[in-house]
Amino acid sequence: MRNFLSDKVTEIKPSGIRKFFDIVSEMKDAISLGVGEPDFDTPWHIRDEGIYAFERGKTFYTSNAGLKDLRIEIANYLKRNQNLSYNPDDEILVTVGGSEAIDIGLRAVINSKDEVIIPQPSYVSYEPCAVLADAKPVIINLKAENEFRLTPEELLNSITEKTKVLILPYPNNPTGAIMGSEDLEKIAKIAIEKDILVMSDEIYSALTYKGKHISIASIDGMKERTILINGFSKAYAMTGWRLGYACAPKEIIKQMTKIHQFAIMCAPTISQYAAIEALKNGDEDVEKMRQSYNQRRRFLIDAFKKMNLKCFEPFGAFYVFPCIKEFGLTSEEFATRFLKEEKVAVVPGTAFGECGEGFLRISYAYSLENLKIAISRLERFVSKLRNSKS
Amino acid sequence: MREELLSIIEKNSRIDFSELAVLLGTTEEVVLNELSELEKEGVICGYHTLINWDKTSIEKVTGLIEVKVTPQRGRGFDNIAERIYNYPEVKAVYLISGGYDLLVILEEKTLKEIANFVSDKLSTLDSVLSTATHFILKKYKDHGTVLNKETKDEREVITP
Repeated sequence: MRNFLSDKVTEIKPSGIRKFFDIVSEMKDAISLGVGEPDFDTPWHIRDEGIYAFERGKTFYTSNAGLKDLRIEIANYLKRNQNLSYNPDDEILVTVGGSEAIDIGLRAVINSKDEVIIPQPSYVSYEPCAVLADAKPVIINLKAENEFRLTPEELLNSITEKTKVLILPYPNNPTGAIMGSEDLEKIAKIAIEKDILVMSDEIYSALTYKGKHISIASIDGMKERTILINGFSKAYAMTGWRLGYACAPKEIIKQMTKIHQFAIMCAPTISQYAAIEALKNGDEDVEKMRQSYNQRRRFLIDAFKKMNLKCFEPFGAFYVFPCIKEFGLTSEEFATRFLKEEKVAVVPGTAFGECGEGFLRISYAYSLENLKIAISRLERFVSKLRNSKS
Repeated sequence: MREELLSIIEKNSRIDFSELAVLLGTTEEVVLNELSELEKEGVICGYHTLINWDKTSIEKVTGLIEVKVTPQRGRGFDNIAERIYNYPEVKAVYLISGGYDLLVILEEKTLKEIANFVSDKLSTLDSVLSTATHFILKKYKDHGTVLNKETKDEREVITP
């Protein structure tokens, strides 16, 4: 029989997380700090609105771009939080999670062999999505000494004549890094000079702990060359609702909508109704959750300090990214041993790019009680490693 | 920081100062000062424990009594409220808008004791016009905490 599989797809490596997931799944009593979604339930008034939408029989397709009312609320939200002005009619597309927006955003702009710059460590789907869109991914290995921010030098060194898109993943998963307005200004200047499109994945924009998140699209001259991606999963604890959105110049949204229309039709209708409620009346919930995350973040940073574990202080998302190079183990070895010996699951930094070697992603989307138990085990494990070394 | 401090200790008054300082991103000294200020100002009125008495062998009956009263000239409802809250078995007294004036929450060992309190002590007060007594059958949620609920983490153990 012939090999029916696509070479392009076959060549894509499965996510590094998958392998680890299989090991963890076998250990029933392990504590996991490996989750990339909020521990909170979706706020009740949002769920209630979803139930109400079911009751009213809102069970049909919506327009391809998404409910008009939702797009209006998205525009209001971006205006109120990031001072961005998007036209709900033709500059906003409601998608199935931020992930769909990444996929179709790249497909809408890439011609074969165009280069897409991807700073890593970062979310696992940029590189495969770029490959599937027929682009050539160009990886930037971000550095711990820059607190995993993208520097202008790093960007300039990766730009070639074929560069078309820069993916800008901040607040960052897995490092928790954020980009301040000065950092962004420099990147924006290069993007404009070199005529590059920026795909700014701001899915964690509501979760920053040092001033409000700034979108690169708010910098002069950037809105026309930015695909802004955001969604409801992280801010409103709505991961399972599968709802995100993209904002971009109307020419780009038009092409994205074409792919979306043929591949997806429209985002889930019930989720869209619930999301309107989230945007209208959810600010307080977001703030409460943000406050809880921030307390846990401070707890972890303090705990690492006390056990002398190197970690820069991250101000975004819900991850910390401690360095474990002192133990002479690879990230995977460390994570595997930690899981086997102390029954705590963390994700090796290498799952998010090769330059994640020597780091771990620890999620704080867990209750403080949970984190305390996990941290006391980490402390024990770390001192065991140190003792055996000396 | 004040509100954040209060919202933490409202849920967990046993938390120690050093941990509070870490969670709030400040020093123990600042936390201590703030707490004693809050106590002095009467913002913090006590450090109670939320107990689900149903799970103990101690019998308790809670009654909610709606009370209609005649307010007194110059004193409004304060005087009559005081008369009522001075009884140690009274757990709470609220002035209420709407169909009645005071809501009295009473905790006793038996139904009969509550009935006695209402007929002997409460109804006989001069300003009390009428009462309506309700008994609590089951507490589902108290002080923002759902009682008798087991939470299970339903998330996949590892996700990107």
